[in-house]
Amino acid sequence: MKGISKSFHGIFANQNINLKIESGEILGLLGENGAGKTTLMNILYGLYQPDEGQIKVNDTPVRINNPVESINHGIGMVHQHFMLIQNHLVIENIALGYKDTPFFFPKNKIRQKVEAFSEKFGFQIDPDKKVWQLSAGEQQRIEIIKALLNGADLLILDEPTSVLTPREIKELISILRQMKAEGHMIIFISHKLDEIMEICDRVVVLQKGKIVGGTDTKNTDKKSLARMMIGRDVVFNINREILEKGKQILSVDRLNVVGDKGLLAVKNISFDLYQNEIFGIAGVSGNGQRELAEAITGIRPVFSGKVKINKKDITNKSPRHIYDMGVSHVPEERIRFGIAPGLFLYDNAILKQHHLKKFSKRYFLKYSRVKNHAKTIVKDFKVATHSINTQTGNLSGGNIQKLILGREISEKPQLLVASHPTYGLDVGATEFLRQHLLELRKQGSTVLLFSEDLEEIFELCDRVAVIFDGEFMAVLDSDDERLCDIGLMMAGSKRI
Amino acid sequence: MEEIIISTLTRAMVAGTPLLLATTGEVICERSGILNLGVEGVMAMGAVTAFIVTMTTGQPWLGVLAAVGAGMAISVIHAFGSVTLQANQVVSGLALTMLGLGLSGMLGKPYVGKPLSIKMEDWSIPYLSDIPYLGRIIFSQSPFFYLAIILAIAAWFFLERTRLGIQIRSTGENPKVAETQGVNVYKIRYLSVIIGGGFSALAGAHLSISYSKSWIEGMTAGRGWIAIALTIFALWNPARAIWAAFLFGGIFVVQYLLQPLGISPNFLSMMPYIATLVILLLISLKDSKKLSPPAMLGEPYQRGER
Repeated sequence: MKGISKSFHGIFANQNINLKIESGEILGLLGENGAGKTTLMNILYGLYQPDEGQIKVNDTPVRINNPVESINHGIGMVHQHFMLIQNHLVIENIALGYKDTPFFFPKNKIRQKVEAFSEKFGFQIDPDKKVWQLSAGEQQRIEIIKALLNGADLLILDEPTSVLTPREIKELISILRQMKAEGHMIIFISHKLDEIMEICDRVVVLQKGKIVGGTDTKNTDKKSLARMMIGRDVVFNINREILEKGKQILSVDRLNVVGDKGLLAVKNISFDLYQNEIFGIAGVSGNGQRELAEAITGIRPVFSGKVKINKKDITNKSPRHIYDMGVSHVPEERIRFGIAPGLFLYDNAILKQHHLKKFSKRYFLKYSRVKNHAKTIVKDFKVATHSINTQTGNLSGGNIQKLILGREISEKPQLLVASHPTYGLDVGATEFLRQHLLELRKQGSTVLLFSEDLEEIFELCDRVAVIFDGEFMAVLDSDDERLCDIGLMMAGSKRI
Repeated sequence: MEEIIISTLTRAMVAGTPLLLATTGEVICERSGILNLGVEGVMAMGAVTAFIVTMTTGQPWLGVLAAVGAGMAISVIHAFGSVTLQANQVVSGLALTMLGLGLSGMLGKPYVGKPLSIKMEDWSIPYLSDIPYLGRIIFSQSPFFYLAIILAIAAWFFLERTRLGIQIRSTGENPKVAETQGVNVYKIRYLSVIIGGGFSALAGAHLSISYSKSWIEGMTAGRGWIAIALTIFALWNPARAIWAAFLFGGIFVVQYLLQPLGISPNFLSMMPYIATLVILLLISLKDSKKLSPPAMLGEPYQRGER
């Protein structure tokens, strides 16, 4: 790729990029969120057209107008958000993109192909299951099969590990090594330094749409890569000062919550939170964290038990009522639950506060105040945007999250429920958000932090609870030695 | 009594035929993600075209062919509006219904009340029509009846067992995914809307040259709307549409039968819609993936959207 440039709404996503990859090589593409990694790869895959520049495959210049042409040039892509139809069978999904799908009875032929593949790479996939019944790791394998079946020499993986469990990551790495041995080229997009160092032969670093450096992984280390990525040194250790616990804010008493599948997702959980503390709930996602957060914030009905804020009962009150009692929420899946992507940034800045006197009078919003408020958030929380009059969905993930956090803590909440607040964010944004959570703690609020990231839990939390299958396996101070067994507790094989 | 039951069932088959044809078309269209509320109008266009062509040429099958062609042609308007212009599909579909009803009324003015001398004979299937009861009910019907059933089964096979079928369904579930897999979403949606229009027009042709053998304005009498309701009732499955259409056809016929017993025909003509409401209610209550409509039904799709 030579001299590639692309801009969206006047913002450069890529600027004069040159990239080269050879057979049997794994190239890492490293960069913060919004650095332009995904845009660059979408250009290579034919989803976007570059404004300038040229792409060459085997030294011949090509123009890739759409994904089909890219597939014909031997390029396959596994997107960060899987390009799978959840309601369809595995084989139907594969048949959709496969070049040689027969017109009649396509499923029979594809079934054989999938079985042959599973055998070759040593993984198991039931071809007759619907995609929504499969785990993220299995879905990713479908994507890889799809690309390889179409004869991909170059496979692009966009943030492939962000949805996987540690064991699935190991399996993915072994699949990638096997592909490399067969002469495939792989572009591995990530912002996780460890993975890049482990998997890739060479790494190219993107920053704000430009290439800022490239090197063989064996000639570099994590620290210098991190410096290249964000353009300065990163403080990996956040300083958490010691604060005395204040008065009790939240009290959860024998809470039971029913999950989406109709079974109890939160089982008899009790705990109290105090001023000046961050209480972390660690665990593999899907063990009741979401249901617990939703029950406390009023989004999901409580089956039995009590939730109290400052000794006042808020069980099964409306989300608005609970918000007005001083409970803020940074939800998981920020684009689905945190913002309205089609609305302007300033609209999103008051999604929960629009009913307050300062922003509205009777039926009308006071837009000048709303916009001032939005400007303050953009400034204080360093949201990178050229204007507050932009559709919020155009911002990158990190900037959306900064906006959400800014909105949620602008009313000085008593309690902030934060679900995976730094999930999928780059080092810079992560550090920024964590500092703000600590700041909130210092100001006398309390934070209930759900996270899968153990580093985050240990850095930020005063107390840690480990959740497994809807129950607390342990509630410990974060400096308690017994937490060295946290892995066992998260897997449900140890309880304290 | 026996005679009444047999004749009711026979007439239920006749009344269900246009419903089945139109529903099959709407299922194909909706599986590609396009809601077409223009069925009623396209049906009227089909009815008037079939009648005029049959009357002037004396060839009923030529009339059918012309009707299908007219239905496909007028459906392009909806395809253009909802696919190319990404307009609101409800508005575009309603416009098509109004256009079809108006245009058919205008074109058909000179033909109102004229009887059709050329008849399309019923087909008695040899041997099978001799079976007691069933023979009369199912095996000596108009050609449209057999055509409707064959087409519905073919549509099911086509959607579930062919490559193009997977492409159509994928487009309705998630056009973005389909596009990245090399499917031309616009083309698929155009194709589905046009095929759906052909089916609706075929249903109209049945009404004017086989069922009533005459033309009057507004003779479709809401059957297009029932077909849209039936699409939901059949859970977007052409095979299920077969029994659903004949069940609704039965309700049509029973209206006349129960009237002497003091049950208001208005009450009975409500039944198809009430049944559809109940189905919608069940879908939302069960929240089951199996019962859900195509995920992107009614959503315009724009290429290259970030």
